[in-house]
Amino acid sequence: MDTSENLRETAAATEPEAVLREPELAVHPGPKQYIVVAVVLAALTALEVAVYYTSIPHPLLVGLLTFFAFWKFVLVVLWFMHLRFDSVIFRRLFVTGLSLAFAVYLIVLFTFKVFIRS
Amino acid sequence: MADTARAHGAHAAPADHAVHTATGLSNAKLGMWAFLGSECLLFGALISSYVLYRGRAVPNTLTPKDVYDIPYTSVSSFVLLMSSLTMVLALAAIQRGDQEKLRAWLMATALLGMTFIAGQVYEFTRFVQEGLSIKSNAAASAFFTLTGFHGAHVTVGILMLLSLFGMSLDGRLPPERAEVVELIGLYWHFVDIVWIVIFTVVYLIPAK
Repeated sequence: MDTSENLRETAAATEPEAVLREPELAVHPGPKQYIVVAVVLAALTALEVAVYYTSIPHPLLVGLLTFFAFWKFVLVVLWFMHLRFDSVIFRRLFVTGLSLAFAVYLIVLFTFKVFIRS
Repeated sequence: MADTARAHGAHAAPADHAVHTATGLSNAKLGMWAFLGSECLLFGALISSYVLYRGRAVPNTLTPKDVYDIPYTSVSSFVLLMSSLTMVLALAAIQRGDQEKLRAWLMATALLGMTFIAGQVYEFTRFVQEGLSIKSNAAASAFFTLTGFHGAHVTVGILMLLSLFGMSLDGRLPPERAEVVELIGLYWHFVDIVWIVIFTVVYLIPAK
């Protein structure tokens, strides 16, 4: 088995007994995929810190930092929390809470003119 | 019931292990996701409060950004991120019935969590020594409340991880109960994603 095949290994290959007990686990990632995701997360964190020390314009800095944080968030939620592989009902519950929080507090911050330069 | 589960994107379980709920999904897992959804609102409020107050400190007073140690906090963030990896490896271990690796990964996760908390205690102590306390100004209050709440969540997670470790030692965590580890894992990953946001919004993104 070559490296790329190793990385694609799911729980169906690495935990066959568990898949017999809980068939939904068949599509869950295997340990090698988790390690790849962790390496990407570490790299994104390193990039975030590196960007922080550059002297780029404020809007670009905010944009880049938000971009890196967004992908770190997405990777943990989709792979480590298995939201990519589990029931859509779980996804809806979490996304509802997240969207509500984002919308409500964004409105609050706009109301207090936080994003307007005085 | 299996059809209902399939309709919602889940895979049908064998009859002898079927989940007997209206959705075909585990109620415990459903409850955990609903809880995590509601936690987004709690942390959303705390993060927004900090963002609101950080640029409005009284002139000539110390604010959190004056005392941040970014390299130090970056290492703490890395430690917490890696604890998410050890947590999923613990879940994979119990799913294949490997109790030794389960205990090793659970203990590794708890130790990484303790390292993070120890780092936060050190950071708070240093901030207070430098003259920034929860009473200094509104920005400092919001900062200590937000990071303190997050630290309390991590501490609860560590206690749950140590409980799982004890249950495994007692033989009360067979592969059939892997869902318990998965639920604690979901909570643990949630405190990790909250820190991803805090690290970027509170520590890295400078106030205008």
